[in-house]
Amino acid sequence: MPGAQADIRITIGGDAGQGVESSGAMLSQALARGGWHVFSVPDYRSRIRGGHNFFQIRAAGRPCLSHSDPVHLLLALTRETIDVHVANLAPGAGVIYDDGFRLDAPELESRGMLPLSMPLAKIAEQHGNKLMLNTAALAAAAGILDLPLDVLESLLRDTFGAKGTKVVEGNLHVARAAYRFAKERYSGRLPYSLPPKAGPGAERLVLSGNEAFCLGAVAGGCTFVAAYPMTPATPILEWMAAHERDVGVVTKHAEDEIAAICMAVGAGFVGARAMVPTSGGGLSLMTEALGMAGMCEVPVVVVNVQRGGPSTGLPTRTEQGDLLFMLHAAQGEFPRIVLAPGTHEQYFEAGWRAFNLAEKYQCPVIVLSDQFLAASRRSLEKTAVSPESVTIDRGQLLTAEDLERLEKPYRRYAMTASGVSPRALPGHPQAVFTATTDEHGEDGHITEDMDLRVNMMDKRMRKLETAAAEMRGPAVYGPKDAELTIICWGSTVGPARESLPLLLDRGVRANVLHFTDIWPFPQAPAERALHAVRRAVCVEQNHTGQFGRFLRMMTGFTADGHVRKYDGRPFSPQQIAAGVLKEVGVRA
Amino acid sequence: MPDAESAKAPGGSRRDKRPNGRPAGRPEVKTYATAYKPTWCPGCGDFGILAALKAALVDLEIWPHEVLIVSGIGCGSKLPQYIHANGFMTIHGRPLAVATGAKLANPELHVIVVNGDGDGYGIGGNHFLHTCRRNPDITHIVENNQIYALTKGQYSPTSDPGFRTTTSPDGVFELPVNPVAVALAAGATFIARSFAGEPKHLQRIIAQAVRHPGYALVDVLQPCIAFNKVNTYNWYAERVYDVAADDTYDPTSLRDAWERGTEWGDRIPIGILYRKEGVPPYETRVAALRDGAPVHRDLRARLDPALFQRLHREFV
Repeated sequence: MPGAQADIRITIGGDAGQGVESSGAMLSQALARGGWHVFSVPDYRSRIRGGHNFFQIRAAGRPCLSHSDPVHLLLALTRETIDVHVANLAPGAGVIYDDGFRLDAPELESRGMLPLSMPLAKIAEQHGNKLMLNTAALAAAAGILDLPLDVLESLLRDTFGAKGTKVVEGNLHVARAAYRFAKERYSGRLPYSLPPKAGPGAERLVLSGNEAFCLGAVAGGCTFVAAYPMTPATPILEWMAAHERDVGVVTKHAEDEIAAICMAVGAGFVGARAMVPTSGGGLSLMTEALGMAGMCEVPVVVVNVQRGGPSTGLPTRTEQGDLLFMLHAAQGEFPRIVLAPGTHEQYFEAGWRAFNLAEKYQCPVIVLSDQFLAASRRSLEKTAVSPESVTIDRGQLLTAEDLERLEKPYRRYAMTASGVSPRALPGHPQAVFTATTDEHGEDGHITEDMDLRVNMMDKRMRKLETAAAEMRGPAVYGPKDAELTIICWGSTVGPARESLPLLLDRGVRANVLHFTDIWPFPQAPAERALHAVRRAVCVEQNHTGQFGRFLRMMTGFTADGHVRKYDGRPFSPQQIAAGVLKEVGVRA
Repeated sequence: MPDAESAKAPGGSRRDKRPNGRPAGRPEVKTYATAYKPTWCPGCGDFGILAALKAALVDLEIWPHEVLIVSGIGCGSKLPQYIHANGFMTIHGRPLAVATGAKLANPELHVIVVNGDGDGYGIGGNHFLHTCRRNPDITHIVENNQIYALTKGQYSPTSDPGFRTTTSPDGVFELPVNPVAVALAAGATFIARSFAGEPKHLQRIIAQAVRHPGYALVDVLQPCIAFNKVNTYNWYAERVYDVAADDTYDPTSLRDAWERGTEWGDRIPIGILYRKEGVPPYETRVAALRDGAPVHRDLRARLDPALFQRLHREFV
C-alpha cells in the first residue's frame, strides 16, 4: 500500500554521544519546514556516553498529538539499533545503515525489513569529514523519503551557520552526495512514503514542551527563575539562562533545591514573578518552603516535570507518579493551585496562567508536567505560542497611589470576603509590614489566639473557594454520546486521543475526558461531565491509579477499568487502545 | 480591571521618583518602634542586638521601608517582630536564600538577615557557605549563643567541646563550627565579630557591615541566660578584645584574619577581622539586572509581538 498511510514514523537509533537527539531534532525541523506536522519523542538514558538512545519522529498531513507505532523507517547509527527496534517495525520497513556494519542483507529481508545499506561514513569522509556522518545519515533518510533536498540544505545552513562557511559547505556537500546516493540506489523501494500535506499551511515552529512552557512564562511576565539542575526540568533553567538578558529574567542556579525555592519566595515576596522548575526529587526538598509560600501568601510558581520515581528512579523517563504528592506536599493545610497541562499548547498557557493565578490568589501554583510532555517536540502554529492570547493579571496589588490614599495603617493580611488581602510590596513607606511563617494576625504579627487562628485559616482557605470559580472542567474529545470514556489527566491526553480511531476500528465508540485543572477541583463541571459517562476506563502513568483515587475522593465516581503504565516509557496510542480493549473485555 | 493597567508594576512607570516618598527629616530610634514587646527572657542578649541594629540604621539614615529584615526560626529570628521595618520571618535555616532572592528581585532594598547559630551555621550551613562565595550585598547578623534556646537547651554547631546539654549528656565531642574560619575559606568579603554586651561596638560594626558592598558577616556573641550557664555575660566579657586596638593588625590580610579568626578560648577577638574591598556584589554582575530590577519591569513589554518574532526564530 505505498503512499496510502496517513502518517510516517521514523526512528533514529544509536549510542549516547552519537548525536541521536540532535539529528532527530533536525529531521523533525526539516519535515516541519517541508510542510508536514511532526511529533517526536527522544528516548535516552541517564548517562553521557554509551547505551542505546533513540528518537522517534512521526510526520503527518495534519497535527499529531503523540508518537505512534509501528515504525516505517529506521535510521540505525549502530548495529544494535536494528535488534532493539525490529519488533516495532512495520512490514517492509526500511532500515538505513552504514555499509561498514557487515550485515547480512538477505537475512534482514527474511526478517521483514528492507535493507538500505549505504556508504554513509565514506560519503562523510570523502565530501566533508567523518564528524559529518549524521548529516550523511539524515540526507540519506531525506532521499529515501523524497523530502526535498533544498529543505534540508536550508536547515543545514541555519544550523551550522555560526560555525563558519567551511563547516556549512562541508555539510552541504555531504548531504548532497548522500541524498543523491539514496535516490539513485533505492528510489521507490520503500513501501511507505511521506503522507499528503493538507494544504500549504503557515510556517510552523518545532518546540519541546519545556520550550513552549518557557515561551509562556516569558509572555506571562516571569522575571525570576531559580533552580538546581534536575532532569527532566533542567532545559527550562538553561533556556531561561540563555535568554536572561534578552527577555529580562534573572536566572539563578542555586546551591540546592531548598535554596532555589527560597530564593523564588524571596523574589516573589518583593514583587517579582518568580518560578522554580524541578522534578519530584527536588520538590521533595522544597516542600517546607512551599508551605512558607502558602502561609505567608507569597505568589510563586513551581514546575514539577515528573520523572520515574521513587527516589532517583528513572531519571530520564516519564511518569505521572506525583499527583497526590503535589496535592498534599508540606505540612498543614494551605491553598495551592495545581495545573496539569496535557499538550504543548496547554503547557505554554500554563506558563503564563500560573503567574496570574499565583498573584491573584497569593499562593503557590504547581504546574505538573512530565518528561514525555517536556521533551517531546511538536510542530505548532506560531499563534499557539504567541502573546496574542496572553493576559497579565496581577490581582489585588496595591499601587503607590493606592498606598498613599490609605487612611489606616496597612494590614497585609486583612480579612476579606474573598480571602484575598490587598497586597503591597516592600519599598513604600505605607507598605511596611512583617510576614511570618508562624500563625499571625492581620498585621502579620505572631499570634496563638484561638479565634484569630481560626479566622486566619478560614481567610486563607477561602481563597481556594474563590479560585475554584475559574478552574476549568474536563475537556471532552470525541463523540459526546460515546459508549466508553477514557479518563485521563496531563500528558496522557495525546496518545489517548490518538487511540480513539484505533478503538473505533475494533468497534468501540469511545471518547476522552481530560482534566488539566486539578486543584482546586472544578467540582461542578467535573460532576456534570462524569454524569454523562456510560462506562469509564481511567488511563494514567503510575502504579496506584492516583487520579482514579482522587476522582473517587472528590466525586464518588469509580471508573470501571484502569490502564496503568509505570515502565518509564510514554503510552503509545496502540498501547492505550489495547489496554482499554482488555479492560472492557474485547479480545485483541 | 483592564489588563494593561494591572500589568503595570506599582509605580513602575515612575522609576525616576524612586525611592518612593522618602519622609522628610532623619529617622530616629523611635521610627523603628513597634507596639509589640519582645518575648525574649529578661536579660537576653537579643535585646542588645535589637537596640544596636536600630541605632545602626538610624546612623545610616535608612528608613523602615528601605530595609528588609529576613530571619529564620529561633529566639533571635523573632527580631523582625520587634522592629518597624519590612520583615520576613521565614523557615529554619533558609533566610539567606530568601534574602538573596529578594535582593536579586529588588536590589534597592537594604537586605539584612538575622538568625541564630543553629539557623545560620547548622541547618542553614550550606546557604552560609554559598552566600559567602556568592557575595550578594546582604548583611548577615548571627546571634550566636552556642545553644538551641527556643527548643529549650540543646547543643548547637558552635557549642564548645565538653558542653553538657539535654542532647549531649556526655558533653559535646564534635568540633565547633568556627564561622570566621568558614567564611574566610569560602571567600566572604567582610567578616566581623561583636558582643551583645557591648551594644555601642555592635552598633558600629553593624553600620559598617551594612555599608560594605557585598556579603557581610557579623557573628555576635550573645549570652543565653536561660539555657547556657557556661557562656555567660561575664564569660564573654572577660575574654573579648577588639582587634582594632592592635595597630599591627591588618584586616585586609588573610594571614592575620586566619590567625585571629581561629583564636578561641581565653581570648576571643572581636571587631572587623577581615575585609576585602573591590569585589563587585553578585547582583551587580547579573545580566538581567542591567536593564532594571524584576520588580520595576513593565510586564506589558512581554506581550510585544516583536519580542516573540525574535524568540520564535530558533524554532523554525
